[in-house]
Amino acid sequence: MSEMFDAGRWKPGPLLPRRDPRDGSLVFVVAVLCFLACLTALGALAANRAAHGWTSQLTGSATVVVRAQGAESPDAAAGRAAETLAGVKGVSEARALEKEKAEALLEPWLGHEALLDDLPIPRLVAVDLDPKVPARAATLDQALKAAGIDATVDDHSLWIADIERGAGIARWSALSVFLLIASAAGAVIAFATRAAMAAHRETIEVLHLSGAQASFVVRLFQARFAQAAALAGLFGAAGAAIIGALARLAGGGQGLTPVLPVAWIDLLAVVPTPLLAALVAAVAARLAARGLIGELA
Amino acid sequence: MSRNRDAAPTGEPLAGPILRFDGVGMRYGRAAEVLRDVNFALAPGSFHFLTGPSGAGKSSLLKLIYLAERPSRGTIELFGRDVEAIAPADRPFLRRRIGVVFQEFKLLDHLSAFDNVALPLRIAGGKPEAYRHDVAELLAWVGLKARMHALPPTLSGGEKQRLAIARAVVGRPDILLADEPTGNVDDAHALRILKLFVELNRLGTTVLIASHDEDLVARSGQPVLHLDKGRLRAFGRNVRTEGA
Repeated sequence: MSEMFDAGRWKPGPLLPRRDPRDGSLVFVVAVLCFLACLTALGALAANRAAHGWTSQLTGSATVVVRAQGAESPDAAAGRAAETLAGVKGVSEARALEKEKAEALLEPWLGHEALLDDLPIPRLVAVDLDPKVPARAATLDQALKAAGIDATVDDHSLWIADIERGAGIARWSALSVFLLIASAAGAVIAFATRAAMAAHRETIEVLHLSGAQASFVVRLFQARFAQAAALAGLFGAAGAAIIGALARLAGGGQGLTPVLPVAWIDLLAVVPTPLLAALVAAVAARLAARGLIGELA
Repeated sequence: MSRNRDAAPTGEPLAGPILRFDGVGMRYGRAAEVLRDVNFALAPGSFHFLTGPSGAGKSSLLKLIYLAERPSRGTIELFGRDVEAIAPADRPFLRRRIGVVFQEFKLLDHLSAFDNVALPLRIAGGKPEAYRHDVAELLAWVGLKARMHALPPTLSGGEKQRLAIARAVVGRPDILLADEPTGNVDDAHALRILKLFVELNRLGTTVLIASHDEDLVARSGQPVLHLDKGRLRAFGRNVRTEGA
């Protein structure tokens, strides 16, 4: 084989080994952390969507309890109230619920047998508010009073503060967990890169003592580790995207659970992961190479 | 072989010494000095052996010359420039003018013998077609013609040593430093290596060889720098030769 060597056809070999057994553990660690970071990103997006859904459902509607007065029938009073409210600015739609629907709402408390015809069951009017400029409860109340209707307006304000607080906690918790995992991923990528770089100290020393400029050595390692981290980021992101897609497929628009609804568009959040992992690894490799060269110089 | 002078910031001929130590001391960290008050100068194109017992400071002195360590005191002038005043960005260009044969070889195990020898030329920005025949010729000269493909871990100690020598001289350096370059080779190869150094020296390369091989030093007839306990005890005279 040695007789076959043809200097005329020789091409320079790679200055860093093409495959290094130590790269495997680096890729594995980075891939796992990227996977976790992507999963928490998807979780944070789902939590944000769920929180938004809870508050928008409550703020976008009101319920009016109408009590008939005098000779007016409950149905007539409810119809009149719906008609009155439909004309109020900030109301998209108001509709009187049929007696059966009102009874159905009371059934869990009173039972089917107790719902006798002579019970004064109040009629309900469901009001959909304009999402841009929703009418306030006081405005609805004033309009009903002006029309001489005895009614109570429930704009869910009793619940909404708690729900909004809960939604806020859910949002911030998800975001915090994501930031924590993403920071940990960044730190571990940097640490693993530095550890892998230390293993290449001898190569750096040889290049340095052979007259290589610092920028030459730095570029070499930067490219190498960025490439490894990008590959690992790709594996991690792909894994998380598959889990996200399965959750979406298994549970439709609401994901596996209505608490964490996943949308297809959420999967795009994992796309920058390989780039970010590569960036962190490149910066870490750059700093580590500069540090090692600084020690040698 | 080709020189890398194009890349060097200072390539003009020197009127004075190519290397000068003036009151140089050196220590590792806070330990005691391994070199003390070392004073000498090497003229361009000179050939010297650096001798002394183990721990005398030979390797440390070489490290100072190839800019791997810094003196704790005194002044070192290399190519007419105070090494402490050389900007970090210029130091790689100076290193390219110094060929070093390391005691522990410092070969890149994943590169073939051919690639290892071509490394300094590659780092200096040379094009493969400009130097590959020189590299092949040099490898043949050091007796590694049949091992050009071989990776360093598959080479014997002597082969590694010859490979390290080929890498050190391939760029026709202005100064060649060698730390025990004949330590792992037989007498025949030691003489062959010495002849290569002499030939390079005739072409203008300043040579400084640290060696324990008293016979080789004596046979060469070249002047000696003798270190003992970090101090330079003798300079210039080849005692064995003159006394013989």
